Amino acid sequence: MPDDLNWAIGGEAGDGIDSTGKIFAQALSRAGRHVFTSKDFASRIRGGYTAYKIRTSLDRVQSVVDRLDLLIALTERTIDENLDELHEGSVIIYDGERTTMQNVEVPDEMIGLEVPLKRLAEEAGGAIMANVVALGAACEVSQFPIENLDESLEKRFGDKGEAIVENNMQAARKGQEYVQEEYDHDFGYELQTSDEDYVLINGDQAIGMGAIAAGCRFYAGYPITPATEVMEYMTGRVDQFGGKVVQAEDELAAINMALGAARAGARAMTATSGPGIDLMTETFGLVATTETPLVICDVMRSGPSTGMPTKQEQGDLNMTLYGGHGEIPRFVVAPTTISECFWKTVEAFNLAEKYQTPVYLVSDLAMAVTEQTFKPEAFDMDEVEIERGNVVDEEDIDGWMNEKDQFQPHFPAADGISPRTFPGTSGGAHMTTGLEHDALGRRTEDTEVRKEQVEKREQKVETAIEREDWDYREFGNPDADTLVISWGSNEGAMREGMEFLEDEDIEVRFISVPYIFPRPDLTEEVEQAEQTIVVECNATGQFADVIEHDVLERVDRVNKYDGVRFDADELAAEIKAAMADEAEVKA
Amino acid sequence: MSSDVRFTDFKSDKQPTWCPGCGDFGTMNGMMKALAETGNDPDNTFVVAGIGCSGKIGTYMHSYALHGVHGRALPVGVGVKMANPNLEVMVAGGDGDGFSIGAGHFIHAVRRNVDMSYVVMDNRIYGLTKGQASPTSREDFETSTSPEGPQMAPVNPKALAMAAGATFVAQSFSSDSQRHAELVQEAIEHDGFGFVNVYSPCVTFNDVDTYDYFRDSLVDLDETDHDRHDSDAAMDKIRETETEYMGVLYQDEDSVPYEQRQGIEGSMAEIPDGAPEGAMDLVREFY
Repeated sequence: MPDDLNWAIGGEAGDGIDSTGKIFAQALSRAGRHVFTSKDFASRIRGGYTAYKIRTSLDRVQSVVDRLDLLIALTERTIDENLDELHEGSVIIYDGERTTMQNVEVPDEMIGLEVPLKRLAEEAGGAIMANVVALGAACEVSQFPIENLDESLEKRFGDKGEAIVENNMQAARKGQEYVQEEYDHDFGYELQTSDEDYVLINGDQAIGMGAIAAGCRFYAGYPITPATEVMEYMTGRVDQFGGKVVQAEDELAAINMALGAARAGARAMTATSGPGIDLMTETFGLVATTETPLVICDVMRSGPSTGMPTKQEQGDLNMTLYGGHGEIPRFVVAPTTISECFWKTVEAFNLAEKYQTPVYLVSDLAMAVTEQTFKPEAFDMDEVEIERGNVVDEEDIDGWMNEKDQFQPHFPAADGISPRTFPGTSGGAHMTTGLEHDALGRRTEDTEVRKEQVEKREQKVETAIEREDWDYREFGNPDADTLVISWGSNEGAMREGMEFLEDEDIEVRFISVPYIFPRPDLTEEVEQAEQTIVVECNATGQFADVIEHDVLERVDRVNKYDGVRFDADELAAEIKAAMADEAEVKA
Repeated sequence: MSSDVRFTDFKSDKQPTWCPGCGDFGTMNGMMKALAETGNDPDNTFVVAGIGCSGKIGTYMHSYALHGVHGRALPVGVGVKMANPNLEVMVAGGDGDGFSIGAGHFIHAVRRNVDMSYVVMDNRIYGLTKGQASPTSREDFETSTSPEGPQMAPVNPKALAMAAGATFVAQSFSSDSQRHAELVQEAIEHDGFGFVNVYSPCVTFNDVDTYDYFRDSLVDLDETDHDRHDSDAAMDKIRETETEYMGVLYQDEDSVPYEQRQGIEGSMAEIPDGAPEGAMDLVREFY
């Protein structure tokens, strides 16, 4: 496939790997090519291996694969780290004049291109542009028209002045010309461009943008990898719509600030990762029992404890599904793609307000650090609908008073949904509390009232199950004997994995589930299949447990917990192996 | 905010379950008087309370209110005020809520200087759990969980506030109802975070820090030549061990509330039926 390319730049953290990779990804996107990026990085500001990887094609790409065609190696270690993915004919660009790179040995079957990145950058105006020289060299190798790079250099360096932008364009051309003149070789690539306009966006940004679109006006958070970018995205942007981001002193404060803002009537949110969810769990029950609409986003990373902060895992399913003492009604929504991160965020806000119930919006590191191309229509703001639920103003408050003319914020309506007044509404003053309370929101230990309020809160979930669509997304052959189920971000890898399976005439039915609670009932689907395989990035199979509980039947499991997401080809091989095991058992 | 609001309008029809003689009765009455005196009414007032005897206050008052998690009342108040600066936000708590489990939030709420008031009912003991040492208990104060006394220096909340950059620090006494209401009123009127530490004696479990003790040891700053705008003078008064002072210890005249610095203009509650106008520009940024 001369038109597809798996590209990477790697080096030490602090080498500008991320921004260089982003420039190239943006150039490809602007040229009308699809892009899917991934990052390998360690939790250090400087030092430690880090890489930015790009898959690009004219067709949609939605996963990483176990293959690397073109590598810009800023350190020797970069080559060692990627030996598994490099193959015969892979091109490695490196600066042989660097003292640390003089003993680099490129494996015989690969093509090493020594390009004096630093020297050429100095000729163009400064050593700092060495990475851009490498981008120019990469353009030549992949036969990607270098003009496409100019726009993203302008975007990246425009605020530093025209001269800087010009120097960078020159630096890129020096890299290009050097490869042309010194190597004059057909590397077998010819990256075409198209007229398509794509946006390039990651999961955290999509959540932040979804929040603003949904009318979220207050965000409180505490920085934590890999959720910080939700906060960074919203900072400044939500202000344009009358909102504000607050950096709290810790996650305990963050969720309480968001709770306060929600009580004041604002659509409010916080985002964190596992360690922050642990802290926020303290207040989670309060949010639920006071029936406060709140969206709590968990961008998962490897646990337990500090775990591997910059590595992938879907280990918090049980935490979000069951976390907290007592019995806490909640919704748990887990978007399965980056564009769905946007739409599920919008939906999370509507669910939270319609049912006055906290919503866990569960994403993960793989989506947070991946930039992917979409048509802008994938985020069509005209499609965004806002439903605020039973908000009562001065006009219709009378219908919700008791016989003493007191407002009843926890009135046990038949569908469980009580009225809600925003502070400032005349006649609506009320209290609410984490203690069990009566319809007025006041403490009670009356056994009948206790039962009534517990049942009322549970009724909201029942009402939501009836009124909302808790659908799954389906791919492949609906009549296939093998059913694969996954949740969250594995959808892309599985969909591309199915292409590898199809090449071997293996058909599966694939169900991708974005709702953890309430969730679709998969009993029929599982019963209909000969074999069910549940795919997830954790060791114990938390979603598989849930499915088994629902359908009362054993399922097979494909788990990954090494800190790295599934590659499409790797996942295809795992599915194949699980199918072979099943065949063996049957035989 | 009608001018005919009376302080009893802030009273709910629930009878307090505090022990007879508890300082919290007087503390709460002063809060209600101050709220009425400053032209607020229950429908534009939001009271946040923590956990402990003091936390029950939201039940006995009438206003918009949240009784939350132990120690986290201040962040809730920050969120309410930032989401709607038109509301009068008052946070109430005890010494355990504010200076033990919530000590971290106290420092940061002081720093943030959101325009709200914070009234702490400081009785130097844990009353609701029947008499254990609190962060403000004396070093040798014997309790069921500290038979030899806590053997730690008590927290000095006012010094803590000053160190965190407080813009308003006052000490009050629940039994001096007139003066107490005035001090809470000043905290409400202050443009920023108004911290009022109230000695609110526990008559059941604390036989050391009693009404008599406070009555004998408190000197009203109004009867001294104390300059409330002088932070060094305030610190000197706060650190004195022989005498305790009642009144406004410190006020920064130039205080600008955080939400104003942040440019928040009005309530965040109202939003359009769909994505806000101009939202598609957010998508185009990603070209």
